[in-house]
Amino acid sequence: MKKLLIILLLAVVGYFLTVSMSNIKFGANRMGDLSQPKTVGAFYLSKTPGELSVANVITAIVVNYRGFDTLGEVSVLFLAATGLGSILYKKKKKGEHIPTVNKPSSALLQAGSKLIFPAILVLGAYVFIHGHLTPGGGFQGGAIIATGFLLMMMSYKDFTMNHSVITWVESLAGITFASIGLIGLIVDHSFLENFLPIGYINDLISGGIIPLIYVAVGFKVAAELSGVLDTLLSIKEK
Amino acid sequence: MLFYTIVLIILAIILLGVAIYAVVQKDLLYAVIATGVISLILSVFFFILQAPDVALTEAAIGIALTTIIFIITIRNTSRMEDEMPLDHEPNSESDNQVETK
Repeated sequence: MKKLLIILLLAVVGYFLTVSMSNIKFGANRMGDLSQPKTVGAFYLSKTPGELSVANVITAIVVNYRGFDTLGEVSVLFLAATGLGSILYKKKKKGEHIPTVNKPSSALLQAGSKLIFPAILVLGAYVFIHGHLTPGGGFQGGAIIATGFLLMMMSYKDFTMNHSVITWVESLAGITFASIGLIGLIVDHSFLENFLPIGYINDLISGGIIPLIYVAVGFKVAAELSGVLDTLLSIKEK
Repeated sequence: MLFYTIVLIILAIILLGVAIYAVVQKDLLYAVIATGVISLILSVFFFILQAPDVALTEAAIGIALTTIIFIITIRNTSRMEDEMPLDHEPNSESDNQVETK
């Protein structure tokens, strides 16, 4: 009976999805003429190179046009990490070390991860520093750096992350983001307004406040995600 | 263009198969790795469909971080899925047994 109900429900959902999707012209150019923008997407695509001189339009939308949303996203991630830490926090005795993995990893994994760890860090830093030029940005770069730390935590039993350093990096990055927004509010009467010179398109230093904010977001996300992973990995197995 | 369409169709079929495997599989470790494979195929999808930003996010978070968090959870709980019938009534004896395990 319940299985029948589930199948019925899936059929209803599938029917309405098909009906609503069948009216969308996938692959067709729905943006219209870029020189006379009528949709929001066309507006962003046509105005971004002139107004902000940012090559990656998605970054311009995420950090500048919708910068306040990004601040909200960052604070959601911060709250999630804080909540997890407050649930799983366990006071360590002085000098006590809870190993992240129970069995020592193989020599192959240890040597390989030692070799590849700096490369992962450099890739992550590249992704968030070049967020306004190439695909990627703060969130992606931060997640890549966190995977690098994860690799080290899993291959080395006694690899520890200093939690006070993580907290400091996280807080300073968050303060940087918020204070850049506040400076915009003071200088140009609007929160997160671009107050720096925008430079030339495709230069590393261009786009005003966008690279600064993305570097801050990258540090913040990397610190938060590696802190979450460290907290989770150091739970003692029952 | 035709090449990409064929690749997309093949990937979509693999994606469906892996997704069904993840749902049906009773060994949760295999199911979690199957979800990781889903993320891998999805990130290839995003890249082919010209959304490299989303592809990067999916690659880093979907393949590595989510999978690892699930695996840590499995390490601290049980590996096999408990057999529970679909029309299972809550607060019966089997429920309490699961909690005290």
